[in-house]
Amino acid sequence: MDLNDTPEQAAYRIQVREWLGEHREEAPPLRAPEGDEEAYLAARRTWQGKLAEGGLAGVVWPKELGGQGLGPIEQVIVNQEIGDAGVPGILDVIGVGMLGPTLIAHGSDEQKNRHLGPMLHGDEVWCQLFSEPAAGSDLAGVQSRAKLGDDGRWTLNGQKVWTTNAQFSSYGLLLARTDADVPKHKGLSMFIVDMNAPGVTTRGLRQISGEAEFNEVFFDDVVLEGDAVVGGVGNGWGTALTTLMFERLTIGLGSEGLGYRADRFAAPIAADPNARVDPDVRKRLGEIAADLLALRFTAYRTLTALQGGQIPGPESALAKVTTVNAAIAATDLIADVVGPEALDESSEWAYAISFLPGLKSAGGTEEILRNTVGERVLGLPPEPRLDKGIPFSELRAKERSATA
Amino acid sequence: MNLSLSDEQEFLREAARGALSRFDTIAAAREALEGGELPDLWPTASEAGWAGLLVCEEHGGAGLHPFDAMLVLVECGRVLAPVPLIGHLPASWLLDRGGYADIEAVASGAKRAVLVPAQPPSDLSDLWTWEAEAGKARVPAGDTTQVAHWVVDAPGAEVFVVVGPGGAVSVVEGASVESAARYDATRSLGHVSLVGGTSTRLDVDPADAANAWHLAQTLIAAESVGTVETCLEMAVAYAKERFTFGRAIGSYQAMKHQLVEILRVLENSRSLLYYAGWAGESKPEEFALAASAARSVSGRALDSATRINIAVHGGIGATWEHDGPLFFRRAQLSRRLLGGTGAATDRVAGELLSSAGA
Ligand SMILES: Cc1cc2nc3c(=O)[nH]c(=O)nc-3n(C[C@H](O)[C@H](O)[C@H](O)COP(=O)(O)OP(=O)(O)OC[C@H]3O[C@@H](n4cnc5c(N)ncnc54)[C@H](O)[C@@H]3O)c2cc1C
Repeated sequence: MDLNDTPEQAAYRIQVREWLGEHREEAPPLRAPEGDEEAYLAARRTWQGKLAEGGLAGVVWPKELGGQGLGPIEQVIVNQEIGDAGVPGILDVIGVGMLGPTLIAHGSDEQKNRHLGPMLHGDEVWCQLFSEPAAGSDLAGVQSRAKLGDDGRWTLNGQKVWTTNAQFSSYGLLLARTDADVPKHKGLSMFIVDMNAPGVTTRGLRQISGEAEFNEVFFDDVVLEGDAVVGGVGNGWGTALTTLMFERLTIGLGSEGLGYRADRFAAPIAADPNARVDPDVRKRLGEIAADLLALRFTAYRTLTALQGGQIPGPESALAKVTTVNAAIAATDLIADVVGPEALDESSEWAYAISFLPGLKSAGGTEEILRNTVGERVLGLPPEPRLDKGIPFSELRAKERSATA
Repeated sequence: MNLSLSDEQEFLREAARGALSRFDTIAAAREALEGGELPDLWPTASEAGWAGLLVCEEHGGAGLHPFDAMLVLVECGRVLAPVPLIGHLPASWLLDRGGYADIEAVASGAKRAVLVPAQPPSDLSDLWTWEAEAGKARVPAGDTTQVAHWVVDAPGAEVFVVVGPGGAVSVVEGASVESAARYDATRSLGHVSLVGGTSTRLDVDPADAANAWHLAQTLIAAESVGTVETCLEMAVAYAKERFTFGRAIGSYQAMKHQLVEILRVLENSRSLLYYAGWAGESKPEEFALAASAARSVSGRALDSATRINIAVHGGIGATWEHDGPLFFRRAQLSRRLLGGTGAATDRVAGELLSSAGA
């Protein structure tokens, strides 16, 4: 067991640190200044481009696709150094962390050559067009429909929802139904969609905080070229699973990146002389902090597995559950200690307090994660399902009659 | 960065599992509740080299680290094996550092040692009185009973490593122990009276007296991890074979999610063993935090896992004949020993608050 850098990793860390030292001045602030969102976004894109130039974005992407061809540990070194430098990381975490790797795994050479460069440099931001009003946990139930015309082009109709970053995305990776006459997991295909194409309408959805970070997106007779399919027609489910795997990894390894750290949560309590010595406060803080400390070492375990070419164990799938619940308990405790001011928009905690209830659902709900781990890891039998082996077209009729 | 086990560590773990499998420790745990004899596992432990695990090689030990010891304790916890290592190992570690003359006998297991600990920081303050030269007991100021209560692994020990105020450590031989085995008959416990024993001062850094406490915390945490592992295996196996309403109970989410909850807290506890192991070896300034966090999380895991295991088994889980209650007894008693899980949780908060306030 060794948490120290190898000599190569230490040299890499120094190289990253030096780069950040030289370019820190060019970085935008961590958060948007009030009322200046547009300019801030532009600055974040430019900064992502610089990080990419410096080799600090797409660390694990292959070299020939513009990445560094390094491992997950080097990615973590970069994240740590960016955090320590107090500068923002890349803007397009969803693209570079989840959708790019999906293209790398399943895309054609043309798709990779066209899209990965601009994605990596922040010139074209991407969004994940998976969830729909009637398909979230049950993602394979998507109804957005892509029909193949005689000219070899597809026509897309339907609606997506909860799409983070769609408001400034250039492209999206979209899961659509291409065959409704086969069981639901089989008739799906993955597409690259130009968000500026005619027929695409994006509308912001305001969240609990009042901000609109996610959107609903409508597709009305949007035309997609034949080469927009990723991973082959009818293979959309397998391609989606790749994205979801990268998503869980991003969230599971990312609690510290989100700022959910024991020391940070302890600070406002330490500042209150009464709370510091209150046994109930200390008990709550101790329990929350111990869970968060566990997550740090869970992340190291995950990295150890990845580095050894293994698939991470159950600990990383369950890290999301621990992260979200510990962060909720922590912000709740802080609000108890600080009082109503913690809920003011200007407070450091208000955003997290409003964001966390949604984070329970984002990237897979706690119930779905527990089902998956129970079945895949513990080998427990699945629940009986009413949708197995039935053509998708008949399934909808069945559901309708069940609720009638 | 690499958290994988070395080949030696894999071997240590496998060997421990193999050695303990030669005894039916779980059946013995039940019989012992009604006065049955527990198997004496000390010869096995000595033969396997566990007694000297933390003693340096020049003094006849294996010169290994806290994490290696934890691997052995996980295996003990899995089968409720009564191996008195939680008391012996931290004591042997202090004796080794303090230049104890007969250390080779301690390392070989010929002489069993036990830590009579004090809980840092408050129990190391000067509120305690300690008259080592006179061979008197470590007692709070004004207390005249002169007995250290509920000392883990005290019965059968020959060398008592006693921590006093300010972290002063003494070696007492000839102390008397009143066995205090209770609710969990596999847990060796005693009330130790030092009156009449001979006492020598051990030359160790007071910080090491505190570290011995933290080491004991990590060992009981590791033992808990093993116990939780077995509870999860038992509960999952039963959930697959017990059918109600035409299907296995493990297919019901209410059951499945509770079983996954055991897995979640188990994996969190395991991650903290890595933290404690790493801090113990390479990051001493974080050892108190890491050990306390490990104890806190694994103590809570122990409680929920043993209860869920009983509940998943329904009525049969609540019977004397079933193994679940033996693990439950282990959990109930363990959580109250060595300061208890509550104190460990408070210590986590204390460590963080003091570094945040600094
Ligand atoms: C902040 C945020 C950002 C998001 N960003 C994106 C994005 O960029 N792109 C994207 O595609 N999606 C995104 N999502 C959507 C997210 O993936 C879904 O919300 C999530 O998968 C849940 O789906 P749903 O909303 O349809 O809820 P439902 O699936 O309807 O679930 C409702 C409730 O029922 C429970 N439930 C459902 N099925 C079961 C079952 N089998 N067993 C037990 N309980 C069950 C769920 O746990 C949940 O509590 C985002 C969501 C949030 C909150």
